[in-house]
Amino acid sequence: MPLGHYLVLSGLLFAIGTAGVFLRRNLITLLMSVEIMLNAVNLTFVAFGRQLGEVDGQIITFFVMTVAAAEAAVGLALVIGLFRHRESLNPEAFTSLKW
Amino acid sequence: MATDALLFYVFAAVTVLGALAVVIQKNPVYSLVSLVGSFFGLTGLYVLLEAPFLAVVQIIVYAGAIMVLFLFVVMVLNVPREDAAEWDRAHPLYRPMAMRVGAVLAVLLALELAWALSRTSGLSEAVNAKPNALVSNVTHLGKVLFTDYMFAFEVTSILIIAAMVGAVVLARKREE
Repeated sequence: MPLGHYLVLSGLLFAIGTAGVFLRRNLITLLMSVEIMLNAVNLTFVAFGRQLGEVDGQIITFFVMTVAAAEAAVGLALVIGLFRHRESLNPEAFTSLKW
Repeated sequence: MATDALLFYVFAAVTVLGALAVVIQKNPVYSLVSLVGSFFGLTGLYVLLEAPFLAVVQIIVYAGAIMVLFLFVVMVLNVPREDAAEWDRAHPLYRPMAMRVGAVLAVLLALELAWALSRTSGLSEAVNAKPNALVSNVTHLGKVLFTDYMFAFEVTSILIIAAMVGAVVLARKREE
């Protein structure tokens, strides 16, 4: 397969993730959209790594996965804390700096 | 070669449709299941790119661990379905300023991506034209990870510890 196909697919996935972050009003779905964007970038790394014949692309992908796991854990803990305060997951409910 | 192209399009379709379903679904549980389906499509693409170990890790860590974490939180919070805002029914031109700015930025991002792709050379070269056994060799992968990337690997372990402690502290019930 040509490299361009993988890059177009990756760009498409990244755009879908961005649209999700902008359009959804549910903190958990927002985090899922971020995961889609991270995966789009992972695909680019692996495709370029294969093209250049290096394993570095795959190794960077492992680090991205680790960071994604950490981000999901802390992000979801924050979501739980926020939900306890406001009984809502709508980002519009969390516009004040202090309560 | 023909099967290669066919498999690529099948996996790409699964991935993109899954991602679209995540954004379109109103129920977070359906979104999550779509995301797992999308990850399975990506796993197929990793296999096509000769990264079998990464494909397995994608299933075990992403579809397995991270998505179960999400599902767990959705179930614990008993998340209500997203309620439609009043501007959802309004004409696109009458929606709030933030939505219009977001739409402009999204179009800009798409244009930039298209521009960058049109200027990149070597896009029509087959991605696995050069046979290279080292790329899909797990032993080689491990050697590079534990020599060249040793420092980054250790820093990652500190990051995981910090994330774990942070998650426990943030999600704990406070006694007041």
